[in-house]
Amino acid sequence: MATRKFRKQEETFFIYLMRLACLSIVVVMGLILYSILKKGIPALNWKILTTVPEGGFYFGGEGGILNAILGSLYLAFGATLIALVLSIPSALFLNVHLRKYTRLTNIIRLIIDVLWGIPSVVYGAFAFSVMIWVGMRTSLLAGMITVALFITPIMLRSMDESLKSVSNLLYEAALSLGSTRSEISVRIFLKQCIPGMITAILLSFGRAIGDAAAVLFTAGFTDNVPTSLTQPAATLPLSIFFQLSSPLPEVRERAYAAALALTVIILIISVSGRLISYKFTRNDTK
Amino acid sequence: MTLNNTIVNEKIQIRDLNLHIGQQHILKDINCRIPEKKITVILGSSGCGKTTLLKSLNRLTDLYPQVKINGSVELNGQNIYNGIKDINDLRRKMGLLSQRPAPLPMNIFNNVAYGLRISGRTSKKFLRYRVEHYLKQANLWEEVKDRLSAPASSLSIGQQQRLCLARGLAVDPEIILADEPTSALDPISSQTIENRFLELKNYYTIILVTHALRQAKRIADYIIFMYLGEIIEQGEASEFFLHPKHDLTKAYLRGSFN
Repeated sequence: MATRKFRKQEETFFIYLMRLACLSIVVVMGLILYSILKKGIPALNWKILTTVPEGGFYFGGEGGILNAILGSLYLAFGATLIALVLSIPSALFLNVHLRKYTRLTNIIRLIIDVLWGIPSVVYGAFAFSVMIWVGMRTSLLAGMITVALFITPIMLRSMDESLKSVSNLLYEAALSLGSTRSEISVRIFLKQCIPGMITAILLSFGRAIGDAAAVLFTAGFTDNVPTSLTQPAATLPLSIFFQLSSPLPEVRERAYAAALALTVIILIISVSGRLISYKFTRNDTK
Repeated sequence: MTLNNTIVNEKIQIRDLNLHIGQQHILKDINCRIPEKKITVILGSSGCGKTTLLKSLNRLTDLYPQVKINGSVELNGQNIYNGIKDINDLRRKMGLLSQRPAPLPMNIFNNVAYGLRISGRTSKKFLRYRVEHYLKQANLWEEVKDRLSAPASSLSIGQQQRLCLARGLAVDPEIILADEPTSALDPISSQTIENRFLELKNYYTIILVTHALRQAKRIADYIIFMYLGEIIEQGEASEFFLHPKHDLTKAYLRGSFN
């Protein structure tokens, strides 16, 4: 039969298409990692990770990128924390309290999606104009708030998608036991969605630590490690950018060491997040 | 026992209940009484509004978007749609058993202890004692006593349904609302649930929604037969099955229902 032959060819075609798509993702990932490792490892040493830039660092002088590593970590952790405090209650409110108001929640979701789509440089420009207005200087705190602003939609919508998957059946069962909505939120919805919550946090943390545009005007850049929230802070993406734009090859090589450090940080955070999520889900849910 | 059977106390009285969702008229002029400590079966084909009627009793219908309810549902003489102080108290009086079991995302012990904990009973000794008691009541204790800390989702679906029964009993309800609780279960698990109901009716008012005629025959004391959002016929089960009055009832009992 002709149709049977055609269906078989169609199936084969789509299988190869899927394989090709997956393969190209893996290849691109591999190439990125390869280039970072190849150029980064020779430039990487203990000193570069543990010292701050000395005079003329960006022209091949002595020093390291400790300022940017710590600055990025402070900034990303601070911003993730702020976003978390905003996202968890909002996501729960949308899914537990406003569950039956589907039209309202759809509008809210649309707005958050639009916010997600706005590039981070726009958030940076917005925050910068607010900073000028209130007379605030570039600082770690300003950077944290700006980054928190643009990762909150990401975190909120990811949490929202996860909470949305909780079945009505479970919701009704919990209500029938006489639970209040806050009990349902914390003891059932959050509990059920721990893996989704952790994924949302990791996703936002990755965006926070990897962003250069929003922090350029708000957190500034410095050769020192910030010791308070009001001091400016350096970040790895900006450090990579400044070094890569240098005409000197040895400075450009150090940019790859910084890129490697950034990649390793994200890797460590992701893996530990997964482990936490696994530990939580193994015991109590499926 | 024999004397008690002849005296029927009303647990719930429904008067002129109408329920709309948007433009749809789901429940039409529902008037009925539900006797205390009996099994009342709400019988009817799919989509006739029996689940909605059940959920309107503990106001889970509040969760439906664009719902409008007129009329009254009186529980122990008090209208639950008017002047009720705490809706959680109302819901706690009615344990719900749904079509498919929905265990809470916790271990077996905590599923049963959940209701006790949220009502402020947290003493470990008390919880252990009560959890065992309710699991025994739901006929599940022997199967799970050695793995109380296993996740509830690791149980079979029949066991999960009995766990949900134990969980519902643990909040000490007056009424058990059961929405086709055996439709997803194998015959043996279904029978266990039915046998439990026959015992539990000595302590609780049970309202069971089903489309299974044979199940209704096996356990019903009182029948409410519904069709397209209306109550067609209601009465004592024996009378209902032996002398159906309405033509639709006769057709349903014959099995020639379209």
